[in-house]
Amino acid sequence: MLTFITRKKILDRFMLAVFFTAGFITIFITVGIVYVLLADSIKFFQEVSIKEFLTEKEWTPVFATKKFGIWPLISGTFLIAAIAMVVSIPLGILIAIYLSEYASVRVKEIAKPIIEFMEAIPTVVYGYFTLLFVTPILQSIVPDLEAFNSLAPGIVLGFMILPYTASMAEDSMKGVPQRIREASYALGATKLRTAVTIVIPAAISGIVAGFILGASRAIGETMVVAIAAGMYPNLTLDPREPIQTMTGYIVQVALGDLPYGSIEYLSIFAVGLALFIIAFIFNSIALWLRSRIREAY
Amino acid sequence: MNKKDKISDSKADIIYPIFGFIGFFLVISFLVTLIIDILIDGYEKLVDPSFYVSYPSRFPEKAGILSGWVGTTLVMAGAIFWSLLIGIPAGIYLEEYATKRGIIGKIEHIIELNINNLAAVPAIIYGLLALGIFVYRFQLGESILTAGLTLAILMLPVIVVNTREAIRRIPRDIREGAYAVGATKWDTVRDHILPYSLGGILTGLIIAASRAIGETAPLVTIGALTFIAFLPPSPFVSEFPFLSPEKAWELFMSPFTVLPIQIFNWVSRPQAAFQINAAAAGFVLLILTVLMNALAYYFRQKVRRKYIW
Repeated sequence: MLTFITRKKILDRFMLAVFFTAGFITIFITVGIVYVLLADSIKFFQEVSIKEFLTEKEWTPVFATKKFGIWPLISGTFLIAAIAMVVSIPLGILIAIYLSEYASVRVKEIAKPIIEFMEAIPTVVYGYFTLLFVTPILQSIVPDLEAFNSLAPGIVLGFMILPYTASMAEDSMKGVPQRIREASYALGATKLRTAVTIVIPAAISGIVAGFILGASRAIGETMVVAIAAGMYPNLTLDPREPIQTMTGYIVQVALGDLPYGSIEYLSIFAVGLALFIIAFIFNSIALWLRSRIREAY
Repeated sequence: MNKKDKISDSKADIIYPIFGFIGFFLVISFLVTLIIDILIDGYEKLVDPSFYVSYPSRFPEKAGILSGWVGTTLVMAGAIFWSLLIGIPAGIYLEEYATKRGIIGKIEHIIELNINNLAAVPAIIYGLLALGIFVYRFQLGESILTAGLTLAILMLPVIVVNTREAIRRIPRDIREGAYAVGATKWDTVRDHILPYSLGGILTGLIIAASRAIGETAPLVTIGALTFIAFLPPSPFVSEFPFLSPEKAWELFMSPFTVLPIQIFNWVSRPQAAFQINAAAAGFVLLILTVLMNALAYYFRQKVRRKYIW
C-alpha cells in the first residue's frame, strides 16, 4: 500500500518524464528535416552529378533534355530578396528612428501592432495583390515590364518584412540606455544627430540582425513569388523579366502529379536542401549578431 | 560644430518627424490599399450567400468556398490539438524543470537552440518534411491528419516561446509558497503555474493559429487538392455511442482543400471571373486573420491587467 506522499512523488517523477519527452520530441523535427532532405537529395545526386547541379547554367527539368543547374533558381531567389531589401531597409530605418526617438507613446502603441500585422497577412493574399494590383500599376510606370516579373513581388516582400527591418530595429534602438542619449543631448546634439551618430551605432548588431532575418524571410517566402514572379527559370538580373525562385520551383513541381521517387520528385528535395542551408546560414549570422547585443552594456 | 551646422541640425529635428510619419503613413496606405482592393474585387461574391455554401466548380459564377472553409476548420482543429499537446509541456519543461546541469543540461540547451532555429526555417521546408515523412514514409497520405500535423509543427515554436514568456512572468514567491506547504513540483505547475500562465499561452496560440490559417506553401507541397466537390465523412452516427471510430479515421484520412489553396488555384487561372472568387475568398481569410490578431491583442492587454504581481 503506497502512502499518499509516495504516490505524489511517483506522479511528480512521471510528469517530469512527460514534460521532458515533449521537449525532446521537438529535436526530432530538425532531425526529420535533415534526414528527409539528405536522404532524397542523395538519391537525386546519384542521377545528377553535384558538379552539374552547381555549374550548369540551365534548369530545365520538364524539357526532353533535362538540365539541372541550380543557378537560375538561386539568382531568381536572391534578385527578389535584394529588391525587397532595397525597399525595406531605407523605409525600415526611417520608421524605426521615428518611432524610437520622436514618436509619442500613443503613436507607438498604434504603429507597432500595425507594422507587425504586415507579416500576419496570408501570403496568398499578398500574391493576389501583387499580380493584379501592383504589377498593372508598375506596368504603367516601368516600360517593358512583363506580367510576371521580379520587381512587383520584390517591392511587396519589402513591405511584408517590415516587422524585421522596422520593428526589430526599433526594438534594438529602444534597448540603448537612455543615459547615453542624455549625454549626447547635453553636448548640444539634436535628436537626429544623436540617433544617427550614437543610437544606431550602439544598436547596430541588433538592427543588422533584423535585416538578415528579413532577408532570410524573403528568401524563404513562397506564395507571392509563385503567383506573381512567373514559373520561368531565368538566369537574369533584369527585374522586368519573369523568373523562378527555389520556393517557386518546389510549388510548381508539387502542383503536378509527381510519382514517388521520380527525378522531378527528388529534385525538389535537392532544391529544398540548398534553401535550408542558405536559410540556416542567414539565421546563424543573425543569432550571432543578436548575442553580441547582450555583451555591449 | 560651427554655427551653420547647428542651424541645419535643429531644422532636422523639425523636418525628420515629418518624413518619419510619411514613412509610417506609406505602410498604412499600403495596407489600406490592399484591403480595399480585394474588397472591391471580391464584393460581388462576398454578398452572394451561395458563395459560402457551394463547392468549387468549373464555372466561376457557381464556384464557392464550402469545401475550403470546412477543410480549413478541420485542419486547424488538428493543428491546434497537436501543437498544444507538444508545445505547452515543452515550454513548461524548459521554464520550470530545466536543471541546466550535466548531460541533461546539454540536451536542454539543444532543445532550446533547436526551437529558436525552427522558428526561422522557411515554411515550405516543413512541407517537404511532411511530404517525405508523413505522406510517404508513414503512409498517412495527402490527408487532413497530415495537414494538421504539418501546420502543428509550424505553430510549435510560437506556442513554446509564448508559454515560456507567460511562465517567466510568474514571480518566484508563488512557487516558494507552494513548496513551503508541501506541494510537489507537479502540484505547483497544475495549481499555480498553468492557471496563471493560461492567458499568455492562449495569446500565443491565437497568434500561431492566425499565421497557420493563411499558410499555403507547405500544404501545396504535401498535395492538398484544389478541386474537392464533397465534404469529409461525419464521424457521428445515429446509434450508441454516436461516434464511430472507423468513420472518424476515414475523416482524418480524407483528402482536403483549404481556403488559401482554393485562392491560389483561382488566382492562377486565366479567366478574370475566377479572380473575383479569389478576391472574395482572400477577403474572408484576411478578415479571419484580422479578428484573430485583434483577439490576441485584447487578451494580451487583459492578462497584463489581471495579474500585476
